[in-house]
Amino acid sequence: MNGNEFVAPEIDWLALAPLIVVLGAGVVGVLLEAFVPARARRVTQIVLTLAALAGGLAFVVYLWPQIVAQPVQVVGGSVTLTPFALGAQGIIALLAFLGVLVVADRTATGQDAFAPTASAVPGTSYEDLARKSGLEQTEIYPLLLFAAGGMMLFASTDDLIVMFIALEVLSLPLYVLCATARRRRLLSQEAAAKYFLLGAFASALFIFGVALIYGFAGTVRLLEIAQRVQQGALPLEGMSALLVAGVLLVTVGLLFKIGAVPFHAWTPDVYTGAPTPITGFMAACTKAAAVAALVEVLYRISIGVQAVDPEIMRQLQVVIVVVAVLTMAVGTVIGSVQTDVKRLLAYSSIAHAGFLLVGIAGFGPQVQSSTLFYLLAYGIATIGAFAVVTLVRERRVTPGAPEDNGPVADDGVVLGEATEIAQWAGLGRKAPWLTAAFALFLLSMAGIPLTAGFIAKFGAFAGATSGGLWWLAVLGVLASVVAVAFYLRLLVVMVFQPGTVEPASQVEPASRVEPVETGVSTSSTSEGATGEGAEGSTSEGSVATATKVQVTAAQRVVVTVVRSRGPAAVAIAVCAIATVILGVFPSLVLNLVAEASKFVP
Amino acid sequence: MDITNYVVLAAVLFAIGATTVLLRRNAIVVFMGVELMLNATNLAFVTFARMHGDLTGQVLAFFVMVVAAAEVVVGLAIIVTIFRTRRSASVDDVNLLKG
Repeated sequence: MNGNEFVAPEIDWLALAPLIVVLGAGVVGVLLEAFVPARARRVTQIVLTLAALAGGLAFVVYLWPQIVAQPVQVVGGSVTLTPFALGAQGIIALLAFLGVLVVADRTATGQDAFAPTASAVPGTSYEDLARKSGLEQTEIYPLLLFAAGGMMLFASTDDLIVMFIALEVLSLPLYVLCATARRRRLLSQEAAAKYFLLGAFASALFIFGVALIYGFAGTVRLLEIAQRVQQGALPLEGMSALLVAGVLLVTVGLLFKIGAVPFHAWTPDVYTGAPTPITGFMAACTKAAAVAALVEVLYRISIGVQAVDPEIMRQLQVVIVVVAVLTMAVGTVIGSVQTDVKRLLAYSSIAHAGFLLVGIAGFGPQVQSSTLFYLLAYGIATIGAFAVVTLVRERRVTPGAPEDNGPVADDGVVLGEATEIAQWAGLGRKAPWLTAAFALFLLSMAGIPLTAGFIAKFGAFAGATSGGLWWLAVLGVLASVVAVAFYLRLLVVMVFQPGTVEPASQVEPASRVEPVETGVSTSSTSEGATGEGAEGSTSEGSVATATKVQVTAAQRVVVTVVRSRGPAAVAIAVCAIATVILGVFPSLVLNLVAEASKFVP
Repeated sequence: MDITNYVVLAAVLFAIGATTVLLRRNAIVVFMGVELMLNATNLAFVTFARMHGDLTGQVLAFFVMVVAAAEVVVGLAIIVTIFRTRRSASVDDVNLLKG
């Protein structure tokens, strides 16, 4: 039996370190839930989460020179670290770090964005009890780490089955996180259900595509598929229909995660319903991971497809081009008629998926580097923008009542986020710095020069032209112009419209099912993020009778800007500074990401 | 019997599952459609493994099973939460988010 002795596989642990640190910290976080006393749990979890993501990023930086010199395959190619994959890992870790900062912020209201117990039925006495006893759902931090780890793996694997598992590892925590909003619980649960059902459908399509590719090539490793096709060593000769169907299904699964039309239907609903810090995390990091995975799959599989039949390759490119055009059109046109800030940002995210696809559709040589830069620029602007949304809140006041009548009364209670665009009128005066940062993020998303978004879009459109798709780049520029219009509309409302003439604010019915948050002192919430008072009532809206909260017609909902307790303010500041630096001195990062196009098979 | 029949059966089951997801209204039934799609995939994996004469496909089927189980846990948790809130598991009733 000597020949059957166990041979331990050789594993390059260092190359796996970024993944191990993040996913391992997620496991440790689950244990912390069991062993750390409730009082210290939240701080412990936040420190662990931030440390893990920073550690992952540090390992990426440490590995970078090695990988740029020589890419490695670890665990039999399950993790394939090329400069592109490692760069995507680094970007995801960085964006997740910023996203967790926003998640961790309790703001001056003393409450984070998450339900005390997400399993409690909204509006029941059990929920009241959970809130009053100060329960907290600290499980969100391990869930965030698992999601971030899954994303990092998703972006850096060559093995379709590992990609499928990474897809689930990143998706399942996100489904749960979507359902945990403290306010507007019904919307939050609805978002989770929609995301879950459509997400599960998309991953089923993805895995059936993998099965068909396996049937065609006898392997699920992308590079091996390409080799076997080129060598003609295929188990099922002449069944290229399997390859075509498989590649299409896998692409559809990935396009769903990116939020490309016609697989975008979930995006606006989920982005609106999920807790806003989670929306920011999801919008930035999931898109980065999914786009990186799409680039890897398309570029590696295209070698095989090209070898089987150049005509099929051309048709695949047509599919990507059509999806890109549709995505840009739907994102910008429907986005321009939205009245809700979160929904508007969701359609903007769809439009950005279209711009990214424009860059990818060219199949040009520099796509990897321009895509990485785009993902970074889009990600920091998105996280920053959603962080600003978390700070703009509704506050209920009764006319004539003293402003500081203590925590027992309903007056001055800070409610959920004021997401109607009309409610944002006059924000420029209440919180000039916050408005300036938000304006910067919007301008970056619009692609105005001297912001990161301009360089990013330039790179994407240059990618299309280098592949000979001039007209697609022109369409992209046109779509950008339409997009500029809807970003500017929001800016005009914030900066130039006086807050007092704003129409009545509409509170969605679901927001009122959630009982009033008591225990919030008015004095701590009535200050603007920049320290100036936000007492001036900005909106006068009669609120219809609520199902649970006793809101009378005499009460008004005003818009206030709550002060961040630090983390979110840091995240916004970092995002704003990074947006400017990437826009003014892009060469710093462009030189780095230029390495990402090396070693493309 | 020709082994390609199993591939055809897998495709048919997958199509039935996909149709269920797209047409049925009850969240639980929609979810069962997804499970049917995943199990059709397993059948395809195992059949292809038999055709190619290697074990990769059979191992992959196990991975898919584990993922499906994990998906059930999360999915049912979400559906049950919604059911407790609204006394309904119909995807048509879940319609607050529009536009």
